[in-house]
Amino acid sequence: MSIPLFLVFAVLTVVSALVVVVHRNPIYCALGLVSTLFLLALLFLGLDAQMVAVLQIIVYAGAIVVLFLFVIMLLNLQVEERSTVPRPLMAVASLGGLVLGALVLVGIARTPLAAPVPVHGGYGGTEPLAERLFTAYLLPFELTSLLLLVAIVGAVVVGKRRASP
Amino acid sequence: MVTITTTDALRWIVFFPALGFLWNCFFGRRFPGAAKVVGPGVLLASFVAAVLAILQLHALPAESALRDVVFPWVDVGTLRADVGFWLDPLSAVMVLVVTGVGFLIHVYSVGYMHDDPDVPRFFTYLNLFVTAMLILVLADNLLLLFVGWEGVGLCSYLLVGFWWTKDENCTAGRKAMLTNRVGDACFLVALFLLIQHARTLDFVGLERQADVLRTATIGGWSVPLVACLLLLLGATGKSAQIPLYVWLPDAMAGPTPVSALIHAATMVTAGVYLTCRLHGLFALAPDALTAVAVVGAATALYAATIAVAQTDIKKVLAYSTISQLGYMFLGVGVGLPGAAVFHLVTHAFFKGLLFLCAGSVMHALGGEQDMRRMGGLWRRIPITFGTMAVGTLAIAGVPPFSGFFSKDEIIWGGFAGPHPHPVLGVVGYAAAGLTAFYIGRLMCLTFFGTSRVDAHAEHHLHESPPVMTIPLVVLAVLAAVGGVLPVPHVVEQVTGHVRMDEATLVAKAVAIADSLGGLGLAWVLYVLRPELPDRIATALGGFYRLVRDKYRIDELYDRVIYRPVLAMADAAAWVIDRTFIDGIVNGVGAFVVSTSGAWRRVQTGNVQHYALSFLVGALVLVTYYLVG
Amino acid sequence: MSETPISWYLALSAVLFAIGTVGVLTRRNLIVVFMAIELLLNAVNLSFVALARGLGSMDGQVIVFFVMAVAAAEAAVGLAIMLQLYRLRETLNADEVTTLRW
Repeated sequence: MSIPLFLVFAVLTVVSALVVVVHRNPIYCALGLVSTLFLLALLFLGLDAQMVAVLQIIVYAGAIVVLFLFVIMLLNLQVEERSTVPRPLMAVASLGGLVLGALVLVGIARTPLAAPVPVHGGYGGTEPLAERLFTAYLLPFELTSLLLLVAIVGAVVVGKRRASP
Repeated sequence: MVTITTTDALRWIVFFPALGFLWNCFFGRRFPGAAKVVGPGVLLASFVAAVLAILQLHALPAESALRDVVFPWVDVGTLRADVGFWLDPLSAVMVLVVTGVGFLIHVYSVGYMHDDPDVPRFFTYLNLFVTAMLILVLADNLLLLFVGWEGVGLCSYLLVGFWWTKDENCTAGRKAMLTNRVGDACFLVALFLLIQHARTLDFVGLERQADVLRTATIGGWSVPLVACLLLLLGATGKSAQIPLYVWLPDAMAGPTPVSALIHAATMVTAGVYLTCRLHGLFALAPDALTAVAVVGAATALYAATIAVAQTDIKKVLAYSTISQLGYMFLGVGVGLPGAAVFHLVTHAFFKGLLFLCAGSVMHALGGEQDMRRMGGLWRRIPITFGTMAVGTLAIAGVPPFSGFFSKDEIIWGGFAGPHPHPVLGVVGYAAAGLTAFYIGRLMCLTFFGTSRVDAHAEHHLHESPPVMTIPLVVLAVLAAVGGVLPVPHVVEQVTGHVRMDEATLVAKAVAIADSLGGLGLAWVLYVLRPELPDRIATALGGFYRLVRDKYRIDELYDRVIYRPVLAMADAAAWVIDRTFIDGIVNGVGAFVVSTSGAWRRVQTGNVQHYALSFLVGALVLVTYYLVG
Repeated sequence: MSETPISWYLALSAVLFAIGTVGVLTRRNLIVVFMAIELLLNAVNLSFVALARGLGSMDGQVIVFFVMAVAAAEAAVGLAIMLQLYRLRETLNADEVTTLRW
């Protein structure tokens, strides 16, 4: 992806992320999340990861965020109140997060990364992904399917309305 | 060297009384009648087993011994001590005394303890005692002997405090136990010394190490000397010699059969047996033998003086026992272990007899022990009187009764024995005179003169039943003719034959005069002129009171030993234990509680606080990777 | 136009991660905390894809595939828990659901 395009998308992504983290109304936060995910999908396209980009939109933006919205609507969550937690703790937490980011950036700056390796035409498509998935990563694949089964059952069991005693 | 033959016949001697103990312990209460049969019965079985074993020994050539190793016990480094029994002429004599006299006393107890509600418990303890005593005399090594030694100490405590509902009985039991403990501590140190230098506690092994021990030293002192002195101290505890005799008079609080068996015939003789068994070790330290002789003679005289002024019939016999044990020690000390054991045997006969007779008198009078409330009983309880008279003549040393032969052999040994000490011989004569006097006094006050018996007891007066009088008669016969037993000869097969000149006619005459004089004086003072003793006592004033109060040694020990120890114990309990140690322990607890109280506030329940700690961890890791 | 260096993508990923962290620690509404967690996961996904492209391998994308599957499962169960929590406590304010303590 060319640099100017990248910078545009990058700035938009950061802004969306900040909306998620800062806005008082949970619906707006969900909206911010959708926009972040969508922009990330675009960034994936820029990195020749077409399959993953499409999956990102379908699974993340399409399913998970919808789930979030369902729950928010169901519980009829109101606008969040001002915090009752002592301010110093929040300041410390925020500072900690920023420090973490800063440290990682320092680490990245130090690491020499060679120019991107030229890739063949089919890179990022379904076939190479599938090839990797069903050979070297077969076991994790199968386990993930089991995990999803467990999650389904778990979600149903945990979320059940208990019969009142 | 002794030829050893292995057998498995000896264990039965110990096994039967042990069986009796177990039966009485677990089933005694359920079958109270059986206790009266089982108790004496196992003693009889043990006696028979002993006789059979002795016959087996007798069939062997001279200088033989039987050994029965029941099972291996201690095998550490070079020290090997098994649970093994050893029968040679010396232990044979002891076994016969323990089981034979023991049997008679058990039979007597059936009658004496007839009305007591706790008969099974009594026989449990008695049987246990006999088991321990047999272990002591039959042990083939010092460690097993010590087990028996402690065992008889325990049983002494249990039996002295048999009627534990009365405080003074419990106190007496404790006194016996604790005084013995002091002696036992010395015994143990002696054992440690022997292990260190001889590397064995086996009797056979110790003989072999004689040359090693002869020259061994510790801190500049000769090892045999130190060990023997320590063993002597241990023996003074068990055999009630100076300075550890104080428990024996108090131990009269126990039932009379106990006094007869434990405190006259058997347990107290353990110290004498020990010195005889270790004659080889003592031979390496002649000064120790002198110490033994001095302690024995001094105790003999000392205790005899106290016995003269006592009013309780059992206390007289108690001090008499201490005195006679002194004679035995004197015998060992002058180099005549054979004579010492001979006196041990005759003493078992006549002192056991005297105690049982005293018990019979007390039984007749419904429990009276004070001689000032007796008198004129010879017509009323003739069998008791007759047998007690035999015992009196025996202990006084009137020929041909047994006491004469054994006691005068020892006294003559003071002048002509292998390690003579003429001064101690004179002391022996003095004590003998006093012995005759106080025992004569006892007889006169109890049986002769006008009756001072309480009216209520007078009504109760009756001779004891046959189950009690038959053992008395048997013991009387033994006390009378026991002088013919060749005990010295038998014992010297083990300890070495002694060549000693026959006692001179003068010596024998002096001895007989001593005895008769003592008895005569008692007759005069207590029958013919009964008003004289009180006048003499008043004339002697303070000195008389001192003697009567046993020289106030108990009070001295109390001031010098007990009080400081109790004070230290109090200090330890309050200052060290309560304040210091509890303070530390509780302090640790309090510290933990307070710190955990502070730390637990970290768990706020707020998930985000926990997430914060994740972040901190992540920061640390990232920093680490960046820096390192 | 020159290609953007891979390290810039990684830098973006770091920034998103930091934003997500602050969100997790700071927000009161637990649903929004959840969304911030999704943000963290996505930042990591970006990292993986970028490095995959940088090294020319598909393995990074496979991992992203798995991350998405796990995130979906986690979201489902997590939201079910939130549901129950709301039914029990009538609130989803992080300051008020503090029974996981001494």
